[in-house]
Amino acid sequence: MTNSAIAYYPGCSGKGSSEEYDLSTRAVMRRLGAEPQEIEDWNCCGSSPAHMVNHELSAALSGRNLAQAKRMGHHLVTTPCPSCLTNLKNAQQAAWDEDKRLKINKLMDDECPTDVDSISTLQFFTEHIGLDRIREAVVSPLPALRVACYYGCLTTRPPKLMRFDDPENPMSMDNILAACGIEVVPFPLKTDCCGAASGMPRNDITTRLSGKILDMASELKADAVAVACPLCQMNLDLRQSQVNRARRSRYRMPIFYFTQLMGLAMGLPEKELGLSKLAVNPEPCLARAGVR
Amino acid sequence: MPASPGVDSGNELRILGFLCNWCSYGGADSAGVARLEQPTDLRIIRTPCTGRIDPLFIVRALINGADGVLVSGCHPGDCHYVEGNFHARRRLETLKRILPVTGINPDRFMYTWVSASESGRWQEVVREFTARIHTLGPAPRMSDTLTETLAAEGLPMQATNGVK
Amino acid sequence: MRIGVFVCHCGTNIGGTVDCPQVAESAGEIPDVVFASDEMYTCSEPGQESIVNAVREHDLDGVVVASCSPRMHEPTFRRAVERAGLNPYMFEMANIREHVSWVGRDKKANTRKALELVRMAVAKLRNATPLYSDKFNVTRKLMVIGGGVAGIQAALDAADAGIEVVLVERETSIGGKMAKLDKTFPTIDCSSCVLGPKMVEVAQHPRITLLTASEVQDVAGYVGNFTVKVKRRAVYVDWDACTGCGTCIEKCPSRKTPDPFNEHLAATTAINIPFPQAIPKKAAINPEYCLHLTKGKCGVCAKVCPVGCIDFEQRDRVDEIEVGAIVVATGYDLFDHSVYKQYGAGKLPDVITSLQYERLLNASGPTAGHVKRPSDGAEPERIVFIQCVGSRDRSKGRPYCSGFCCMYTAKQAILTKSHLPDSQSYVFYMDIRSPGKGYDEFTRRAQESYGAQYIRGRVSSIHQHGKSLVVRGADTLAGMQVEIEADLVVLAVGVEPAKGALELGGTLHISADSNGFFMEGHPKLRPVETNTAGVFLAGCCQGPRDIPNSVSMGSAAAAKALILFSKAQLESDPQVAAVNPQLCVGCFKCVQTCPFGAIKESEDRFGNPKAEVLASVCKGCGICSVTCPHGAVQLNNFTDNQLLAEVNAICPLPLA
Repeated sequence: MTNSAIAYYPGCSGKGSSEEYDLSTRAVMRRLGAEPQEIEDWNCCGSSPAHMVNHELSAALSGRNLAQAKRMGHHLVTTPCPSCLTNLKNAQQAAWDEDKRLKINKLMDDECPTDVDSISTLQFFTEHIGLDRIREAVVSPLPALRVACYYGCLTTRPPKLMRFDDPENPMSMDNILAACGIEVVPFPLKTDCCGAASGMPRNDITTRLSGKILDMASELKADAVAVACPLCQMNLDLRQSQVNRARRSRYRMPIFYFTQLMGLAMGLPEKELGLSKLAVNPEPCLARAGVR
Repeated sequence: MPASPGVDSGNELRILGFLCNWCSYGGADSAGVARLEQPTDLRIIRTPCTGRIDPLFIVRALINGADGVLVSGCHPGDCHYVEGNFHARRRLETLKRILPVTGINPDRFMYTWVSASESGRWQEVVREFTARIHTLGPAPRMSDTLTETLAAEGLPMQATNGVK
Repeated sequence: MRIGVFVCHCGTNIGGTVDCPQVAESAGEIPDVVFASDEMYTCSEPGQESIVNAVREHDLDGVVVASCSPRMHEPTFRRAVERAGLNPYMFEMANIREHVSWVGRDKKANTRKALELVRMAVAKLRNATPLYSDKFNVTRKLMVIGGGVAGIQAALDAADAGIEVVLVERETSIGGKMAKLDKTFPTIDCSSCVLGPKMVEVAQHPRITLLTASEVQDVAGYVGNFTVKVKRRAVYVDWDACTGCGTCIEKCPSRKTPDPFNEHLAATTAINIPFPQAIPKKAAINPEYCLHLTKGKCGVCAKVCPVGCIDFEQRDRVDEIEVGAIVVATGYDLFDHSVYKQYGAGKLPDVITSLQYERLLNASGPTAGHVKRPSDGAEPERIVFIQCVGSRDRSKGRPYCSGFCCMYTAKQAILTKSHLPDSQSYVFYMDIRSPGKGYDEFTRRAQESYGAQYIRGRVSSIHQHGKSLVVRGADTLAGMQVEIEADLVVLAVGVEPAKGALELGGTLHISADSNGFFMEGHPKLRPVETNTAGVFLAGCCQGPRDIPNSVSMGSAAAAKALILFSKAQLESDPQVAAVNPQLCVGCFKCVQTCPFGAIKESEDRFGNPKAEVLASVCKGCGICSVTCPHGAVQLNNFTDNQLLAEVNAICPLPLA
């Protein structure tokens, strides 16, 4: 299997709060024969604030990242973070519009490329690696682990921008984890809101919405939840104690990044998956599932 | 959406349309009923079926100074006469390939399929084809070149034959 | 020639953006035009009279009317010209409304275009010749395709008027969708009580031949003389002998056969009568599930049948039937709602379609009329109805309104309350469409007397939560989100044309609109006719319609067919191909290309091979005309000379 190189954009969370997502994604990609090449000198994608202030400015920020990727000879960027992906895709779309492109290029003092596509790592694993290759790479399947796949609001939406999977009932993560020999429970709230960034100004909203998701997962007797978004992970994992306090619940539900579970099934070493960085200790759950 | 050329009547070109009665003529009617604005250059000839359209009609029109000729019928498989548009498709495709040999720009001719319910599509077809012909500009007049040739040869001018 | 030109203002329809007097004045200068005038409404009585008077006054021998589309008024003006004493084919129309005034705003350009179209029409008319119709006989027999309520009505009306009728139905019983319904809005009378007598009448009518388990395969011929191939499916039961006693059904061991009549809520037996009131009430075997036909064993039904009517040797057969007119009443099917992933993609057992709910309410349904939900048979207490699932939803390619869901949802909410007095119904709706007689009062009653809670908004998702379903949506009037824990969810699934309708339309040469419903001759003035003479439409195959509308259409289609049958002979359209024997060399290329077999190889009196057109078979497409290398075959009223004259009218000669 040859290593196929792809431009890789970690985003700010990947270098901070969701370091384990970044680590495990790269490790799994390498194990599956892909070579993630970090975009040189990448900058912030603009996150939520930039496009709230100015669309052109937001597009210029992500446009620069696309331009950097093109300089490295890439026409495809993958990123684990759905919010980064939205901004990268939006920048490309904006550049397709003559007027906007001129404004963006002026802000950048550079060319925002129109021919650099961006996809989520979820889409990369689904379409570029394929379930067969994932199945081949599995060395220790986890049939005793019941996982609810939670996609969040951005992974497949807005459908016109993302153009991947079903916006109402996505199945890509379910399929990948099933290919890893994990028992996946049909999870009806897979695209519901976790509360997103309301955690700062209105903690009550986040605890209510994230609480609902945890309720449903535990009702379905899931051992853990798999996510594909740093913010979802933070609300469900880091704020789980807040949820418990606010709702008088006693959840101890580990919230894994889906790549961590892939890495476990592929027998990757602990330090490449960053399991110790999770707020809710996954060890008891993994012990029950016979992983440890 | 291209701006409607030909709205200034001094700027119209000569575009001829051959439409089958059952689909495209009905589609053009539907577009009228829906008041879907179109450029005014097109003149429509009604035929029962695209299978009735002799490619030579189109050649005649182009030789006689039409700037563009548009043929439209039922979608393949939907022909009111079962297979008329299959015959038409074969004939018109052949014509399209022969036109360059005759010195006529094949872009001045187009055939397409518009059903009776596709009023919006008809508007698009007329707008786009008219815009295309306006981009090409008026067809080079054979008479110009012929007159020059005849004059150079010192021959008298003669009218080509008209209708049988 | 002496040609008269009449330019129509059509009120302001044409006059608003075309200078009609100017067009008339300029038309007067065209060679052979001896009279030109502009009229306010040429199709009106005074307008037509002025044509008749002008023909007589100015001794005209041809008329051009510049007005609307010939698809609209050509027959009207042909009759007027005929009244004036001319041959009706010495007439030509220029379409200056649909093709000019309604699509252009520039009056100058429109006026020029209108004049050029008149010029073309005059040029074509100068090359026209008088044409004369032939008379031909009519087979006084009507075929009705589809035995739902619309087809039944058409068949009964035509048969009562003394016409022989063949009613063809795909299923083993007539009754269509209406037979599946429990009660009908807005009177809450029982569907089978209303429909049952009509079905019996069909069975007993001396002039109706009923062909069930049959499908139309192919239609050939033309108005008055259609030859229809009907495939008669094998049912493996001799229906002449079968008494419908049901003994075989009790004993049949193959009890996992799908039951489409009960909308797959329960399974049935391989030999089956779909419902108690079926007409004909005869058993039929589903060959895919019959153990004898699939594995060669069993045969219990044959052993227990008291009259010995089981016939495993029966085979499909094709009958050819000659009829004079055809009524298409193929009805509707439900949209496949599994594309709505947010509503469970068709996988949640307690999310059912409205037609399935109708079977649950029905006393002859799988639960004997007790509302029990499919998953565990429990009586639901909270029922949510969701309207517009696959209607008015452009994201799913369904832009149209299905017409009758608002009403049956209100009806089902009312029936739910009478079946389950302690229940509470919720209806999510976009708009309530209830324009029929007594309809709006009915929907109000569902809310005011039966306590159905109507919530204006769309449902965003349904998910299973333990034993109940969580329905989430918006209340757009209150501006808030709604979440309801329901025991049962009923989707008002949109309608689409019945499966196989498009193929049938193909063999009948009738076109369908962008949603697959058959196109009527004119949306307002010819709603039950098609553009194929002798083929009429009734019911939901033309668009979503409720029962009163479908019945009205059935009667209307029958009336249109009766007009055909009332004539001793029909007049053929003389716009057909004709062979000039002097030019024909007998290569017979035309014979090979004619799709209708309307040209035959023949010879003249000297024995030279010549092609001959069978005028009664020819449909006038003109394929042969282009095929003929010698121009020997010409299509009347669309001859080479006429069409080239139109070309020359706009494209003058290169040296002119």
